[in-house]
Amino acid sequence: MIPSNKAPWLCCAFLLLLPATVALAGEAKSGYEYIKPASRAMQDDDFANPGLLAVERGQVLFNSKQHGTGKACAACHGGDGAGLDAKNIARYPVYNEDAADIVTLQQQISRCREHNAGSKPLPTDHPELVDLETFVRNRAIGAAVNVQTDGPMAELLQAGKQLYNTRYGLIDMACYHCHELYPGQMIRGQKISQGQGNGFPAYRLGTGEITNLHQRIQQCLSLMRAEPFAADSEEIRLLGLYIMSRSNGLKIETPAVRY
Amino acid sequence: MQLYKKLILALLACLPLSGMASGQDGLPDDYCRWNVVEYAIVEPLCGLAGDVQRGREIASDGYRGNCLACHELPIPGIEAYGTIGPPLTGIAARLSVPMIRLRVVDTRNINPMSIMPGFYRDPRLINRPGEAYRGRTFLTAQQVEDVIAYMATLK
Repeated sequence: MIPSNKAPWLCCAFLLLLPATVALAGEAKSGYEYIKPASRAMQDDDFANPGLLAVERGQVLFNSKQHGTGKACAACHGGDGAGLDAKNIARYPVYNEDAADIVTLQQQISRCREHNAGSKPLPTDHPELVDLETFVRNRAIGAAVNVQTDGPMAELLQAGKQLYNTRYGLIDMACYHCHELYPGQMIRGQKISQGQGNGFPAYRLGTGEITNLHQRIQQCLSLMRAEPFAADSEEIRLLGLYIMSRSNGLKIETPAVRY
Repeated sequence: MQLYKKLILALLACLPLSGMASGQDGLPDDYCRWNVVEYAIVEPLCGLAGDVQRGREIASDGYRGNCLACHELPIPGIEAYGTIGPPLTGIAARLSVPMIRLRVVDTRNINPMSIMPGFYRDPRLINRPGEAYRGRTFLTAQQVEDVIAYMATLK
């Protein structure tokens, strides 16, 4: 018998623990497992996957002197990006000691363009940067996502998780609600996925556009009738980091086909 | 006191029940207060009467109620239902109208972890609403009563 004076607290503790136990039960599954068979077939066929167009555009940019002087990415990394290390790409977002901050793959590409090739800076998520990001990430297709979770990252991931578990917008749901509690259930005609990051940038059937993870988070927040976090905001970068860390071990599928 | 009664009291202690939507500063002028009694809202919002036909339309409308996103509903010709919430066929045989009203208005008075949006939740409790949605409820009081009138027919 539970002592009467403890009952309320035990009950509260139970309510708080319940979701945690549900979340612990699952293993990471790629969004590929949740999309319809026709969408899987589209992703698997290089001639049918519209995301490959972004890879091709990215490769053209990679091989050209963009916006100014300097040199093409290909001058150092090879025309097909063969000089890039797939295992290193799979580690992004990474922690940069000098900046004492996280660096996303797109930020790294931007830095490289500006510092090593002297190109004119482009705003975050400019279509050309997304194409370059798609091309570079695609070089690591098949590599396992491997985001650092210890050291200085631990605290940042905790902050990202807190944002992930926060409700947003008039629809008032957290990322957590759909992507931790209800993967596999139907929302109207679509199966809810775990919201993993391993396929991004991905071609979205819902919008017909190549979309990186940060853009996808913004679109999800807009769908929640919430004010999306800005492209460069601390919040979107922490959310992106946390989501990618949930994908650790999943193989990179860029460009995946997703709803 | 028996244990189950204590547990119920404990639940009550955990939840922000009546009073959370009581008229304080910052509420839109047309927002009607509501009170929770015994896990239910007895009085119709703003004293309004609902319309069954309008309620059915709101429930199946993808932008307004969009109940179908998460729930099965006995509406012919619709094939894709969500499976997140319980089916609503027969809901009025399981719950009284005041109990349905609380679940539509703000079900987190019953389950704080619920994924279900509060369709007439106190707008001040909404985090980061989009610009177009600030100070608004998901549905109007009339729309909520329409949906409830429709739900009451699902026996």
